[in-house]
Amino acid sequence: MRHVLTRGGASFAEGARAPARLPRWSVRFLEQPTATAGLALVLTITLGALFASRLVPGDPLVGDGPALQSPSRTHWLGTDELGRDVLAGVLHGARVSLFVGIAVAVISTACGIVVGGLAGLFGGWVDDGMMRFTELVQLLPRFFLAIIIASMFGGSLLNIVLLLGLTFWPSTARLLRAQLLSLREREFVVAARAIGVSAPRLLTRHLLPNALPAIVVNASLQVGGAILVEAGLSFLGLGDKSYVSWGSMLNNAQPFIQLAWWMSVFPGLALLLTVVGVNLVADGVNEATNPRLAGSGRR
Amino acid sequence: MSPHLTRYVLRRLLQAVFLLLGVVVVNFSLIHLAPGDPITLLAGDGGDAAYFAAMRAKYGLDRPIVVQLALYLRGAFQGEFGYSFAYGRPVSDVILARLPPTLLLMGVSLALSTVAGVWLGLVTARRARSALDRSVLVGTLIGYGMPAFWAGQLLVLLFSVRLGWFPVQGMEDARQDYRGLARLVDLLRHLALPVATLSLLHLALITRLTRTGMREELSKDYARTAHAKGLPAGRVATRHALRNAVLPVVTVVGGDVGTLFTGAVLTEIIFAWPGLGRLLYDATLNRDYPLLMGIFLLVGTCVIVANIVTDVVYAWLDPRVRYS
Repeated sequence: MRHVLTRGGASFAEGARAPARLPRWSVRFLEQPTATAGLALVLTITLGALFASRLVPGDPLVGDGPALQSPSRTHWLGTDELGRDVLAGVLHGARVSLFVGIAVAVISTACGIVVGGLAGLFGGWVDDGMMRFTELVQLLPRFFLAIIIASMFGGSLLNIVLLLGLTFWPSTARLLRAQLLSLREREFVVAARAIGVSAPRLLTRHLLPNALPAIVVNASLQVGGAILVEAGLSFLGLGDKSYVSWGSMLNNAQPFIQLAWWMSVFPGLALLLTVVGVNLVADGVNEATNPRLAGSGRR
Repeated sequence: MSPHLTRYVLRRLLQAVFLLLGVVVVNFSLIHLAPGDPITLLAGDGGDAAYFAAMRAKYGLDRPIVVQLALYLRGAFQGEFGYSFAYGRPVSDVILARLPPTLLLMGVSLALSTVAGVWLGLVTARRARSALDRSVLVGTLIGYGMPAFWAGQLLVLLFSVRLGWFPVQGMEDARQDYRGLARLVDLLRHLALPVATLSLLHLALITRLTRTGMREELSKDYARTAHAKGLPAGRVATRHALRNAVLPVVTVVGGDVGTLFTGAVLTEIIFAWPGLGRLLYDATLNRDYPLLMGIFLLVGTCVIVANIVTDVVYAWLDPRVRYS
């Protein structure tokens, strides 16, 4: 619970309950229609993923309907060439996409915090070395590397998540480093140092909380990016074959594009809405937490 | 060129060399991490026993790993990437033969989306919060989230299947023997949808960037001064603000070559465009590792070179850049 102190003379009457207050940044977040819309999109898709087996029971990889049937009352989004329900695929596919997106963002953010933290805290040759390494990873053509790894070692979800997690971090590292370099000179950090706060404590208590909003924004952009790369790999037939994924559904749709538009339209729409939703949320968090933008009105 | 700029360029070039080495080392590690005998990855299986023995000796596969790396580097700089499993020809030959269609697709798309994006950004920045501005913003939002392969399918559905305006796939009509101008028209008709597909992301990026930059520049003192001394608004925008606002666009154009390659690969598969992407796709189906590695090296090299060129061009365009 957040404790609200009232200042400036206003006090609550005896027994009256303080109105429930949300943190300021979340109010600023919800004030933006685009951010709220994004959040609604993400929540809807998450619910769809969570309750996929309830909403459309049965194995989405096994078809029991007529093949290539256009959307109807029994199959709302139609069926594919093997009689598999497209709606079932879309809902179950959300699981893969969300899992990949979130797992990659978590791994890459952790890596980025380590690399960027070391570079920003120590400076000097540590900084130089870390930044050259970061540059190399950033310039590696990620998608092509993923293609090679997937075709050599198989495109299991674990491989995809690891590879993307270990290649998405440079933006986080650079961001954190830049933040640390500017925070280092700020008075509260100098003061904390002066009273002898240890380096780890300085990082976790004073520096990271201030750099956190930017990192969260970046992480949510990585969710969208990772979802798109996974879809691209699955579209090339290099994804994990044991799960339905939107990319593999679009791959299936490719030869039937002139016969069955629904096989392409719905999985693609789900993909687009998810990525747009995540990006809108990221934008919203950025607007709500960036002190430079706060109060200046929305752009 | 000022001595500072020269030193900066030299330092960036040196860095580029190290980055290229890094990419080659990554490639080399992949060869050794992969399951199976590295010789098939280095040499392909398009040779007889004598050829394999020669390749084994050449890459020193019985020697220490550091020696192997050195030998591999030497081969790479001489453009030797082994034989393609599927084509039975040197990887470099196979790749070079398929490069022109991809470069055509990427070049046209990069040029069109940059020009259109800067124009859209300019127009919307001057009409902020208008209906046009808002719809372009929504468009860029969609452009960001739109996977190229789905965009391509939608365009095919609409413009080829429904309306029949453009061909569904390919680079030219094989049933016709067009000559001269007719052939060019045929090529352009085949080019339209792939270019539109590939341009989407880039267009969104450049529009957003130009718009933000323009709004920032137009609010600055020098723009106000230009207004105050009676210059027409259009002139202030194009002659004064735009020149500063497009600087970041340069970094996106050059820094996004990797994304463009990725987009091109996916686009080519949708439209059966006979370029590198198609080649890559077939290579994954055939497990043609030497070819995959060759393409990876090529793309990696292009990305690094484009990056360095971008940095140098930027430093040259913007004298405020500190060469640190």
